[in-house]
Amino acid sequence: MMGTDLLAIEDLSREDIELVLETAGHMQEVGRRDVKKVPTLRGRTIINLFFESSTRTRTSFEIAGKRLSADVVNFSPSSSSLKKSESILDTAKTLDAMDPDAVVVRHAVAGVPKRIADELAAPVINAGDGAHEHPTQALLDLLTVKERKGRIDGLTVTIIGDIAHSRVARSNIYGFTKLGAEVRVAAPPTMIPANVDCLGVKAFGSLREALDGADVVMALRIQMERLTGAYFPSVREYSGTFGLDRAKLRFAKDDVIVMHPGPVNRGVELAHDLADGRPSVILDQVRNGVAIRMAVLYLLAGRRPESEA
Amino acid sequence: MQSEPPIHPDAGSPASAASEAATSAPGRVVLDDVAIRRALMRIAHEVVERNDDLDRLYLVGVPNGGVPLARRLAKSLHEVADLEPVVGILDTTLYRDDVLTSGERPRLRVTEMPSAVDEQIVILVDDVCSTGRTIRAAMDALMDFGRPRAVQVVALVDRGHRELPIKIDYVGKNIPTRSEDRVKMRPGREEGLLEVALIEAAGESERGEAS
Repeated sequence: MMGTDLLAIEDLSREDIELVLETAGHMQEVGRRDVKKVPTLRGRTIINLFFESSTRTRTSFEIAGKRLSADVVNFSPSSSSLKKSESILDTAKTLDAMDPDAVVVRHAVAGVPKRIADELAAPVINAGDGAHEHPTQALLDLLTVKERKGRIDGLTVTIIGDIAHSRVARSNIYGFTKLGAEVRVAAPPTMIPANVDCLGVKAFGSLREALDGADVVMALRIQMERLTGAYFPSVREYSGTFGLDRAKLRFAKDDVIVMHPGPVNRGVELAHDLADGRPSVILDQVRNGVAIRMAVLYLLAGRRPESEA
Repeated sequence: MQSEPPIHPDAGSPASAASEAATSAPGRVVLDDVAIRRALMRIAHEVVERNDDLDRLYLVGVPNGGVPLARRLAKSLHEVADLEPVVGILDTTLYRDDVLTSGERPRLRVTEMPSAVDEQIVILVDDVCSTGRTIRAAMDALMDFGRPRAVQVVALVDRGHRELPIKIDYVGKNIPTRSEDRVKMRPGREEGLLEVALIEAAGESERGEAS
């Protein structure tokens, strides 16, 4: 079964992923109750260690932990001694000495959660590291698709956007291919990594071809502040070619669903009317995010590596 | 109604075909399907006898074994007194007191409570009761769904060894066991049938030979 950390979808087996999805399905039921709290992690402590700012993901983990009755502590650099140039590992070790039962880590640099996990006794959950992975995002996307389509196997999933710099894309490529979907990526050539076919996906320079017969279309957020001018000529040109609207969506299947990890740049990745309501499932993704994080915390919090004493 | 879910799908034995299970499954059958039906019919009579407000009956099966039993008890109540009680399913895993102490986390099971339990007479239905810890967890879980007027407990088998002050209101059969023995409800000889088996722990003599 799963190890004691959740660092990357790449590390998980198909069975691991299915166990998380199944567990999350039961957590969804807890979320539909009037009393949305179960006593499972009572007296346990979860630290949200966010070196990179994030409101949505952090809040989602916080709600998930609280619904399991854990005490959730948020720790972010603005309020920490990182400004006093304490090293990341020293910070992590300091937190570890407070005996948390799980540490949720986000960092702008790929690999930091892994480095922290190597130092800590507590399970570490990667909440996004640089352009590497964002495993809980992929899991919630898988749950959303499974809920809507009844299966993952055999579906065609098209991911549009900055594949090269997206941890969401990377985690989803691993997740969807492991569960038997065909994954396509569509973007300007500058945004597609050179070796993308090694991941088992097909790259398209034409959105129309990439959308042909798609069951699921996932648009990624364009980091406009970082990218304008460097990877595509202008936001306008990007949205004209790769921005999704109802006209382009006609090439996909009739019952296609549209996903986005949020927050949406309206009129850039998605036309205004696509961001709200059908066929978009963006709010389902948010809702399912809490259930997925409850499942991951349930499966991991408080566990210790068995080999090391 | 719905088809009955498999009993203890993670029980360890292959138990692929129900017919095979009866011949190859370990242990001694202490209740066969007919005995289970009789016990539930008797319990249905007792439920009717002991409760005044029968319109408020709400049966809640504890997975896995309690679920098919709750459905059968509902049928028996229909036959006995023309009642149509609500039947819910309540998983107790997230309320267990040993969920974090055992190594790997137990798999969660279905919870499906079709309506509120406020002011209802809730009858928890479990297959085998021993320490009472599952019933304790089920009562805690139930309270998160409202404020029942009363909670009563049905156990098809009571094997003793109580570790908590829990009383079973309706017992199908008392089966004295040693705490190392196992008692399991499982699919019977043919599809749709149930049986309860007592699987005794290795005896003194066997252990002596092994060492």
